[in-house]
Amino acid sequence: MEYIDEYRDPGVIQHLIHHIRHLSGRPVRLMEVCGTHTVSIFRNGIRDLLPKRIRLISGPGCPVCVTPVEQIDQAIVLAQENDVILATFGDLLRVPGSNTSLLKQRGQGADIRIVYSAYDALSLARENEKKEVVFLGVGFETTAPTIGAVIQHARQAKVRNFTVLSMHKILPPALEALVESPEIEIDGFICPGHVSTIIGAGPYEAIAQKFDVPCVIAGFEPVDVLQTVHLLLQQIERGEASVEIQYRRAVSPQGNLRARRIMEEVFEPCDSVWRGFGSLSQSGFQIRKSYREFDAGHRFRITLPRAEEPEGCLCGSILRGLVEPPDCTLFRRVCTPENPVGACMVSSEGTCAAYYKYAS
Amino acid sequence: MEKKRDIVTMDHGGGGRAARDLIERCFLSRFDNPYLNRMDDSAVVTLGTDRLAITTDSYVVDPIFFPGGDIGSLAVHGTVNDLSVQGARPVFLSAAFILEEGFDLADLERVLDAMAESTRRAEVSIVAGDTKVVPRGRCDKVYINTTGVGLVEDGVHVSGSNAQINDRLILSGSAGDHGIAVLSQREGLRFDTELVSDSAPLNRLVGEILSGTPAVHAMRDPTRGGVAASLNEIANQSNVGIVIREAAIPVKEGVRSACEILGLDPLYVANEGKILVFVGPEDAPQVLETIRRNPLGREAQIIGEVVSTHPGQVVMKTMVGGTRIVDMPLGEQLPRIC
Repeated sequence: MEYIDEYRDPGVIQHLIHHIRHLSGRPVRLMEVCGTHTVSIFRNGIRDLLPKRIRLISGPGCPVCVTPVEQIDQAIVLAQENDVILATFGDLLRVPGSNTSLLKQRGQGADIRIVYSAYDALSLARENEKKEVVFLGVGFETTAPTIGAVIQHARQAKVRNFTVLSMHKILPPALEALVESPEIEIDGFICPGHVSTIIGAGPYEAIAQKFDVPCVIAGFEPVDVLQTVHLLLQQIERGEASVEIQYRRAVSPQGNLRARRIMEEVFEPCDSVWRGFGSLSQSGFQIRKSYREFDAGHRFRITLPRAEEPEGCLCGSILRGLVEPPDCTLFRRVCTPENPVGACMVSSEGTCAAYYKYAS
Repeated sequence: MEKKRDIVTMDHGGGGRAARDLIERCFLSRFDNPYLNRMDDSAVVTLGTDRLAITTDSYVVDPIFFPGGDIGSLAVHGTVNDLSVQGARPVFLSAAFILEEGFDLADLERVLDAMAESTRRAEVSIVAGDTKVVPRGRCDKVYINTTGVGLVEDGVHVSGSNAQINDRLILSGSAGDHGIAVLSQREGLRFDTELVSDSAPLNRLVGEILSGTPAVHAMRDPTRGGVAASLNEIANQSNVGIVIREAAIPVKEGVRSACEILGLDPLYVANEGKILVFVGPEDAPQVLETIRRNPLGREAQIIGEVVSTHPGQVVMKTMVGGTRIVDMPLGEQLPRIC
């Protein structure tokens, strides 16, 4: 397979490991932000290959995991409305809300459909004119442009029964919050590959300069991850802190301008609550007033009380890289993929789910 | 707050952990008997001097016609295979149909034609049947339930609880063909592929394996939940550890690509024409040869072995040289978001 086999080549991997081992000996903490990186690192057994002094810490790059409980509750309330078809990506189905989950509500008769793209949700709206179709807009900058494009399409096609509940988040503010906080030391960021195809390298420049932390944008295959670790170690050794793109076959410095234009036309930044972080300034996307007719938050006014994180759940700390899943007393004993307590165990790219599934 | 009521969810039907928990909690606890408790693909019971294998299955696949098969042939093959991997020669099947009001008779006949052809190919007979019709919307076109009965020869003791330390583990061909072929036809997920389901009767292949080497310890046909589910089941039943090598597992290019795009793992995708065989190290090369001589086993590989460490757990040496656990799947595999 093109673009994949070369990046899984055992010979190249051995070569990279060799070079990594040759670099200086001080302990180093690298944060891999994106959930897909967490999974790739586990699936390929990358921690086994790296010298022990290099610690890879998981970060908050799982959009499902950082969606706070009250937003899940909001989605559940919408799903329970009589004439609503709730369309969602599969991952959200099992996330526990305060009392129940979308999966359980579906079992009890709520019309909840799994879709593979926002466009499918729009098709649902056209096929079911007497119903209101609400699409759960979750994801970082990777998905926001496609959802923005579907909203624009809905306007052109004059679809009246389609709205999006925007739960989108913007990633760089979370990285800033992490590096600013005294709780944790991060020596380098393994930056998310797919988000960066959209936003480019620019947003990381501020982080690198202000906080003196090297940032390398990484692909997802084993060679990508190892090459990224190598580049970060080299910068650390030279005392540098700049932004590099390892994932050059997919990421350009300015990102995807067309996608960014669509995103900026339909959405605007807003303050947003992140599980584990609380409210972060300008860290979410809301639908602009000019597209208000597609904003589910506007069409269905739902106010819910602030929801509590489940007791004992350490998702918040895990998302901030402070602890690892095995440090949580609920992990494996009470909180399992069948009976998840927190979102990190539900999402296929959640840190807890990855540890549960792959770590011995 | 009102009391939470537990309900059946789609995960309970996924062939993974949730399904197993349901079976243990609700069914085994009530129907408790030594045959059922073994949780093998078929129950082997003694009647007089003969040993009979009995199995039952229901087929609810959607869509009912897919590349390489249909619900009817699937029903015959699946039942025949459940008997075969227990070391039995399949002989008789029953077939009960639940039909939805409004289901096209032409489609029903197409399904039945395929079933008839499959029984001829597998050399079994459908000797008992039943038909029910339910109002429109109460079932999805057609559901088929089967029971299969087969004969187990003397000296054959094949069971999921029989895997031995040092056994070699053979997979008869590529993983994930059936699941991806079916998925390619699902609403909302259509993609172009030349992939077809691998649905096939395996009794002849199993017969060839057993006639050469009766010392086969365990066999499984990895259906729902894929190779991963079957290996975990056997690791648990036999209380042994299993180590497999990612590089040795045959996967078709089209399956690999589809899985990459959707975020699925071929080890967890259903198969309908493959077997896993656990056999002692001295016999493994010969059994591998036997399988490869059969058209259904040309791509067979030894993919791993049984170990005494980490009993109950399946571990994989990845293609890049690391290790990871291959856990029991939870329930339905859901394609990823981003």
